[in-house]
Amino acid sequence: MTQEIVISVKDLVKTFGHFVANDHLTFDVYKGEIFGFLGANGAGKTTAMRILCGLSKPTSGTLMVDGLNVYKQAEAIKKRIGYMSQKFSLYEDLTVTENMRLYGGIYGLSPTQIKRRIEELLDQLELQNQRNTLIADLPLGWRQKLAFSVAIIHRPSIVFLDEPTGGVDPITRRQFWDLIYKAAHDGITIFVTTHYMDEAEYCDRVSIMNEGKIVALDKPSALKEQYGVASMNEVFIRIARNVE
Amino acid sequence: MDKTIQVNDLIKTYPHITALNSVSFNVNEGELFGFIGPDGAGKTTLFRILTTLLLADSGEASLFGLDAARDFKRIRTITGYMPGRFSLYQDLTVEENLNFFASVFGTTVQENYDLIKDIYSQIEPFKTRLAGQLSGGMKQKLALSCALIHAPKLLVLDEPTTGVDAVSRTEFWQMLKNLQKQGITILVSTPYMDEASLCDRVALFQKGHILSIDTPEQVVQSYDKKLWAVRAEDKYTLIEALKNAPDVESVYAFGDSVHITTTSNQLDEKALITLLSQRTPGPVQIVPIQPNIEDCFLRLMRKEES
Repeated sequence: MTQEIVISVKDLVKTFGHFVANDHLTFDVYKGEIFGFLGANGAGKTTAMRILCGLSKPTSGTLMVDGLNVYKQAEAIKKRIGYMSQKFSLYEDLTVTENMRLYGGIYGLSPTQIKRRIEELLDQLELQNQRNTLIADLPLGWRQKLAFSVAIIHRPSIVFLDEPTGGVDPITRRQFWDLIYKAAHDGITIFVTTHYMDEAEYCDRVSIMNEGKIVALDKPSALKEQYGVASMNEVFIRIARNVE
Repeated sequence: MDKTIQVNDLIKTYPHITALNSVSFNVNEGELFGFIGPDGAGKTTLFRILTTLLLADSGEASLFGLDAARDFKRIRTITGYMPGRFSLYQDLTVEENLNFFASVFGTTVQENYDLIKDIYSQIEPFKTRLAGQLSGGMKQKLALSCALIHAPKLLVLDEPTTGVDAVSRTEFWQMLKNLQKQGITILVSTPYMDEASLCDRVALFQKGHILSIDTPEQVVQSYDKKLWAVRAEDKYTLIEALKNAPDVESVYAFGDSVHITTTSNQLDEKALITLLSQRTPGPVQIVPIQPNIEDCFLRLMRKEES
């Protein structure tokens, strides 16, 4: 992790009619950092994440993602980022390598690059023997790990993970985080939302949103010290209760 | 009539998968019983059989002396079921949904209002809003109210807290505790291991069968290894170093530390700190700790796989 800023957000506002989904958000994310983006249901996390991915335009504010302007360069941003959500992962009627080829192609890799990346990822995931298996026949936990690898097949600067581990068994959940640590170690910035508060502890820094605003942003250890509690779960509950 | 629910050797297979592989357990009257396990473990299949929505291939399930396969009509009158997916009518209002479920079960909202009052009163200000336009937390409260409106003896809740934030989850469990005090037997499933401690007894569920059934305290006590928590600044290098350290058996990240066991069940803490310090930056700390439910689940999964 360095002090090089890859996401810079100043005064982000997003409104839907009279409803203010994002209320003057300001924060930076550093290169190679695991940044946890936490908040209660309906706090405005998904709205902000969609804006950072270039899928939705902000109402106002200054935002740079990997040095690009989200107003003018949304399409260029999409090539520099990866995205994985719990719901949409992979095409079930395609095989493991067919999915990888598809996403490699969408992200604009050359056929030679795609070939090389597929072998690297299969080795890393220990999935060489399953390369021609349909996704429908893969256990759920493997799919999640594969979906993450596909999201970084083009070696993006930043990968956005929207509740990537919901419902996954505890061993797979940890293997999944091993992949996240490795990607961060290799310099990919990780922007992740989760409802598992123990996973919040795995992040370098976390922000906590409530009703469209960021109400806390720091290292997990600093937040626990500030609130005088032993776990991020307690921090989260304290913050949500205080705001109410 | 102590054992309200008796399940014996249930088997259910689908074309490519065995969803339930000989599942047996009993639940006592008035108990809050939890099924803890990941997606695909078979929790939903089991609940659908118990609520008479699906037939098992073989095995028996009886609820309050009624057979899940034969006596389905009577079981439905005494059971409240909240499926994992929101299944109320999105184009009816809050109030219309509640009235509808009351009339289907041959009762009225007034008759059982006491039972749902604490929960329903929180969404009553929005009773004219369409159910489809409610927030996640409000939908959950409405679904619970509808499942309770016929004053069931048994409440079956399939992953009511999945995808719900930590604060709303805490509130939801408080509601369940209050319902339990009114004598309702509750079966609840969850993928969140930390919710196990809120149940009277839990079944740890994985790949269609039960790994362990016990009180949360007893599950933790039967953990058969010594456990240590290791802390350092950089998780990635710490985990890599631990995985390659001699005698270290399991390495699992837990919040701000990494939990490890050793093959010999002993640990020279000083020697390991010296070794780790060469491979991960900053100070390294090792302390012996007591396991939690998730440690137990990991241990049982590991035993299964070996």
